[in-house]
Amino acid sequence: MLAYIENFIKYKSLLNELIIRDIKTRYRRSVMGVLWSLLNPLCQMIVLSIMFSNIFKSDIENFPLYILSGQVIFNFFSESTNNAMSAIIDNTSLIKKTYIPKYLFVLSRIMSSAVNLLASFAALIVVMLLTRTEFHIAVLLSFLPMLLIVLFTIGVGLILAAYVVKFRDIAHLYGILVTTILYLTPIIYPMSMISGIVKKIVWLNPLTNIVIMFRNLALNGILPGVFSILLACMECIVVIFVGLYVFYKKQDSFILNL
Amino acid sequence: MSELMIEIKEVSIRFKLEKEGVNSIKEYILFKMKRKVKYDELWALKNVSFQIKQGDSVGLLGFNGSGKSTLLKVIAGVLKPTKGEVKIYGTIAPLIELGAGFDFDLTGRENVFLNGSILGYSRKQMMKYYDDIVEFSELSEFMDIPVKNYSSGMLSRLAFSIATIGKPDILIIDEVLSVGDFRFQQKCEWRIQNMISDKTTVLFVSHSIEQVKTICKRAVWLEQGQVKMIGTSEKIGNLYEGS
Repeated sequence: MLAYIENFIKYKSLLNELIIRDIKTRYRRSVMGVLWSLLNPLCQMIVLSIMFSNIFKSDIENFPLYILSGQVIFNFFSESTNNAMSAIIDNTSLIKKTYIPKYLFVLSRIMSSAVNLLASFAALIVVMLLTRTEFHIAVLLSFLPMLLIVLFTIGVGLILAAYVVKFRDIAHLYGILVTTILYLTPIIYPMSMISGIVKKIVWLNPLTNIVIMFRNLALNGILPGVFSILLACMECIVVIFVGLYVFYKKQDSFILNL
Repeated sequence: MSELMIEIKEVSIRFKLEKEGVNSIKEYILFKMKRKVKYDELWALKNVSFQIKQGDSVGLLGFNGSGKSTLLKVIAGVLKPTKGEVKIYGTIAPLIELGAGFDFDLTGRENVFLNGSILGYSRKQMMKYYDDIVEFSELSEFMDIPVKNYSSGMLSRLAFSIATIGKPDILIIDEVLSVGDFRFQQKCEWRIQNMISDKTTVLFVSHSIEQVKTICKRAVWLEQGQVKMIGTSEKIGNLYEGS
C-alpha cells in the first residue's frame, strides 16, 4: 500500500502535466481558448432558459435553473466517463513504449473534466445572478455533491477504461446507457411527477441522490439529510473499490489488446 | 565492487496470437460457448537469464524477431513476463521509441515538460534541465512551434536530449541512434560514453554492429527468444557479423 502511495507521489507531476495537456489540446487553435469552458455551459443555459420559460411551461418554480443545475452534474458525469473510457486507447503509444502507472491516464481525463465542472458551476452562478435568484448560504456547500460526483466518476471511469480495451463494443453500448441514465435522473422532470416502479428505479440511480443534493444546496438552500450523505459516500467508496480492483486486474493485459 | 543493477531470471514471455480477433462481447461469448477460443502461442522469450552490473554497457544483438525489443520492454516494465522475474535496482530511463511520449499538438517546450514528467522528473527539476535540453538538441528557434511540424531528425534530437538528462541509473536505448545526421549521432555517442563513465548502466539495441562495438563493453546475442551467446561486444559482434 505504502509503495503505491510513494509511486503516486513520484508521478504527481506527470498527472499535472497530463491534465494540462488534456485542457490545452482541447482548446488548441481556438481563439477563445479556455474561456470556452465557461462560455459553453453559459450559452447552453441561455438557450435552455429561453426554451423552457417560453415554450414548455412548468409549475416548478424557476424551471430553467432547475434543469441547469441538474445538467451541471449530469453533463460532467457523461463527459468525464466518456473521456475516461477512451483514456487507455488514446494513449496506446505511451503505454506500449514507457512504463507509467496506467490509472493516471484515467485520472487525468476526469480531472480535466472536473475543471469544466467548476466552469459550468460558475456559469450556473452567473445565470442565477442574471435572473436575480435568491442566494442561500448553503450554496457554499454545493462543493460536497460536486466532490462526490467526481469520486463516483473516477470509479466508473476506471471500470469502463479497463473493459473497453478488450471489448470495443462497450464504447457504443455506453452511449445508449448514458442516454438511459439521463432519463432516469430527475433533470428535466421533478420527482413528484413519477410514481410506482419508475420512481423506485430512479431512486436506485446513484446520480439521483447527488443531483437532488446539489440542487437543494445550490438553489433552495436545503441541507441534505445524513442518510443521503452516507448513501452517496457508500456508493462512491464501493464504485471506486470495484473500479480499482477491476483496473488492477486488467492492466497487465492492456498492452496485449491495444 | 560494482553493484548489481539488472537481474533477469529465467524470463519467458508468451504471446497469444488470436487466430480470429475476439474483439467484441458477442464474439467472446460465442467463442466461449463453443469453447473455440483457440490461440496460437508464440514464445517471444524463452528462459532468458543474465545480470548487468553498475556502469556496464550491454548491447543486444539479434535478427529481426529475435526478441530484443520484447526484452527491453520487460526490463522497462512495460510488459510483464509470463514466467520468471526481472529485478531492477535503480531509476530507469527508457528510450524505447523516439517520440513515444510526444503529443504532436503541443509545442516543443510543452513536450519537454510532458516528457520529463513521464520520466519521473518534477516541473522544478525540468526547469533546471530545460536550457541544457534546448542547447543539446540545437532547437532553440523551434521550441515554440507544435511538434507536428518538426522533421523526424528534429524530433529524435529533442527526444534524445530529454531522455538523457539527469543521471538515470539505467538507460535503455532502442534503435534510436539511426536517425539524425552523422554529426549529431556522434554527439549522442559522446553523451552516452560520458554517462557510462558516470556510472550509468546502458542497455543498447542497434542493428549497427559498429555502434554496439564502440559503445558497449559486453554484448548479448539473442536468437529466437533465447540467449545464444554472451561475451565482450568485440567478440560477439564479430561472430554475429559472420553468421
